[in-house]
Amino acid sequence: MANVAKSAGTAGIGTKKSMFNAANAQKFLAFGALLILLLFFSMASPFFLTFDNIVSIMLSTCVNGILALGIIFVIITGGIDLSIGTVMTFSSVMAGVMITNMGMPIWIGILVAIGTGAFCGFISGTVVSRLKLQPFIATLGVMMITKGLSLVLSGTKPIYFSDTPSFRKITTGSILTFGADGKFSVPNGIFIFLGMAILAGIILNKTKLGRYNFAIGSNEEATRLSGVNVVKWKTAIYSLCGAFAGVAGIVMAARLDSAQPALGQGYELDAIASVVIGGTSMVGGEGTILGTVIGAFIISTLTNGLKVMGVAQEWQIVITGCVLVLAVLLDTMRKRGSK
Amino acid sequence: MKETLLVMEGIDKSFPGVHALDHCKFELRAGEVHALVGENGAGKSTLMKILTGVYARDEGKVIYKGKEINLAGTKEAQELGICIVHQELNLMPHLTAAQNMFIGREFMGKNKLFVNDNEANKKAQELFDAMNLRLDPKVKVGKLTVAMQQMVEIAKALSFDSSILVMDEPTTALTESEIDELFKMINHLKEKGVGIVYISHRMDEIKRITDRITVMRDGTYVDTVNTKEVDIQQVINMMVGRTIYETANEHNYTDPNEVVLEVKNLIRGKTIKDVSFKLHKGEILGFSGLMGAGRTEVMRAIFGADKLDSGEIYVKGQKVQILRPEHAVKYGIGYLSEDRKRYGLTLGETVEQNISLASVDKYTNKLGFTNMSTITKTSEEYIETLSIKTPGPKQRVKNLSGGNQQKVVIAKWLLRDCDILIFDEPTKGIDVGAKSEIYKLLSQLAKEGKSIIMISSELPEVLRMSNRIIVMCEGRITGELDIGAASQEEIIKYATKREA
Ligand SMILES: Nc1ncnc2c1ncn2[C@@H]1O[C@H](COP(=O)(O)OP(=O)(O)OP(=O)(O)O)[C@@H](O)[C@H]1O
Ligand SMILES: [Mg+2]
Repeated sequence: MANVAKSAGTAGIGTKKSMFNAANAQKFLAFGALLILLLFFSMASPFFLTFDNIVSIMLSTCVNGILALGIIFVIITGGIDLSIGTVMTFSSVMAGVMITNMGMPIWIGILVAIGTGAFCGFISGTVVSRLKLQPFIATLGVMMITKGLSLVLSGTKPIYFSDTPSFRKITTGSILTFGADGKFSVPNGIFIFLGMAILAGIILNKTKLGRYNFAIGSNEEATRLSGVNVVKWKTAIYSLCGAFAGVAGIVMAARLDSAQPALGQGYELDAIASVVIGGTSMVGGEGTILGTVIGAFIISTLTNGLKVMGVAQEWQIVITGCVLVLAVLLDTMRKRGSK
Repeated sequence: MKETLLVMEGIDKSFPGVHALDHCKFELRAGEVHALVGENGAGKSTLMKILTGVYARDEGKVIYKGKEINLAGTKEAQELGICIVHQELNLMPHLTAAQNMFIGREFMGKNKLFVNDNEANKKAQELFDAMNLRLDPKVKVGKLTVAMQQMVEIAKALSFDSSILVMDEPTTALTESEIDELFKMINHLKEKGVGIVYISHRMDEIKRITDRITVMRDGTYVDTVNTKEVDIQQVINMMVGRTIYETANEHNYTDPNEVVLEVKNLIRGKTIKDVSFKLHKGEILGFSGLMGAGRTEVMRAIFGADKLDSGEIYVKGQKVQILRPEHAVKYGIGYLSEDRKRYGLTLGETVEQNISLASVDKYTNKLGFTNMSTITKTSEEYIETLSIKTPGPKQRVKNLSGGNQQKVVIAKWLLRDCDILIFDEPTKGIDVGAKSEIYKLLSQLAKEGKSIIMISSELPEVLRMSNRIIVMCEGRITGELDIGAASQEEIIKYATKREA
């Protein structure tokens, strides 16, 4: 009898080892791809590896990255949220209405924006979990609703933050400058992104919400039968995703120094692409924050690099599409191999 | 007499098209192990799901510890101390064993904000040790074998400090030694005064572990008897409402010269170590061994579901390359997986869709149109011959009882008309009546000239059905026994013959 137990034990240890390899491979793959891209572009163009250009890459990662950090929670449940792009816009318009039109202090504007995002997520989450609508349809609806509302609230015109010059400092200001006369300065947007990444990592890996997130994506019925209130937690997960979109809305508005009501649609697809390139499966149950961050960097590096090289914008899109498919293909091949 | 823990009275439950429970009753005392038996689809699982808050009842009363209760969900049941190990595995494959066990009641750190996995791992490890189970609580459940997953599920149920523990066919994936450990745990809980409901189709287990037996038939209550005072045959007769005669297999004649399948020196990592054997026409070849012996792995490799490192496969004397399951099917090999939920069925689809899944080509014309009405008719025939309990071929498979799901998988491969059929635990979760039907069916198939490989962890079953028995241990074949020379002791001897 003890012998049986022993053979079972070794089987367990064996699987553990291969699991580590797989996890390493995933990070290595995405990270390796990013390094190769950086290397390639630095050789291809002399303008690529300059401080200003690197900062510009990072800055353009922020918005997409924060959206990706939010949507990964939903994707791990096996769902999707198509509304994050327009929710982001809606949140920034709300901030504009508060700060510029109503003259409220900036911090209220920020809170309202994040609250708006979370509320939109809450609506999506409720419709998906309580009313059992498919996430694709439910969030498609919310996407249209928020897009329309942004236009209505703003009167289809951008809202500028010209009365509150400190607002734009949120993203473009800098708490870290170095070099002579502050020649090199790192914009705050990047720190916000990294801070959000750490926050997302903690929520996903350390809290109950993160645990249930994986559980629901892994086997929703089993999670329900284990006595977990799946409806409640799913709603919370969508709300969290919405809140991240709200933060992205602030970062975006501060960067443009205005709330642009016509912007937003299409951002959700970039965010999904970042998550997927980062090795997260659309089926749910697995995914990492680090992978998502790297995925977001890969996308913006690619866009930026091609631009610096002088590749026409049409072709940039084609190439980005190819890279997306290739990345996911490589990842699934790796997974199949490790099985 | 011990105090009565639970009384269920007049429980009625209907699903669309099925009257699953018809004013059924059940009673449980503290500190007893109470068997719940009945044929596939009798309503055992449904009754227990009502008790544990998974389903709401249509009618009836549940009195627990003297108070009537109305549960709104599983969580409430758990809080009241009513727990269940479900018949179908209910685990999250991407979470670790410990995370699965404590889902819904995580240990939280001091700050009440973060989950404390160390604590969970420690608690899980303690429990595994008590169960004599060598398992790392940090392993992801999806990487474990079915048997190990079953043990995790059981460990999860044991980790609750419950007053009622329901076990719905907990041993279907387990081997003798694990069952021994489980029974030790059950006896321990019994002493603590826990009331245990034990559902199983294995009569020997019921005789061994239970104090009383409640028999159900077609959603109704038949009788409750003391285990000591009845004969198993009586219980079986009550279950089926008729007398079943257990016939021995005639071990029909096989031609040792006609080899339909031969494998030579199969090797795959650490799980398959140099396996060679022959399968003759019209033969039932039994594969025996302990859990993790590599039997399923060998069959999956032959079927092309897993890749071999090296080795040769010959079908009817011809060397073949089987890289994917469709190649195997092309050569006339069918495989019934032990884990029907994961590999055998498309649960959301209907009975007829599942039965015809591997044979859609047969019913499709050159233009690509599939003849649905023929499929329905054929499915009806199989429902009839295998007596699958379903309102019709259009019922979704996930709504069938566990045993009937298994029959659907069998029907699928019968329809595909394979010459070589590999059955991996074919009677897992199947009631005695249906079991003898499946035995009859296997004999019948062998007589018709089909060749069958049967993996089974139930020794009596292997001994009864096989012409020859191959015993495996740790990925190697350790013995080959002719049925005349085989006995349980002999098999166990080879099954534990480890490399020095
Ligand atoms: N969710 C459901 N929807 C429709 N019918 C169902 C559902 N669950 C169970 N049934 C039906 O209710 C009847 C009783 O099923 P149940 O699972 O309780 O049987 P069982 O006694 O546990 O059988 P087994 O021994 O095969 O597990 C069966 O006819 C089954 O098809
Ligand atoms: Mg059942």
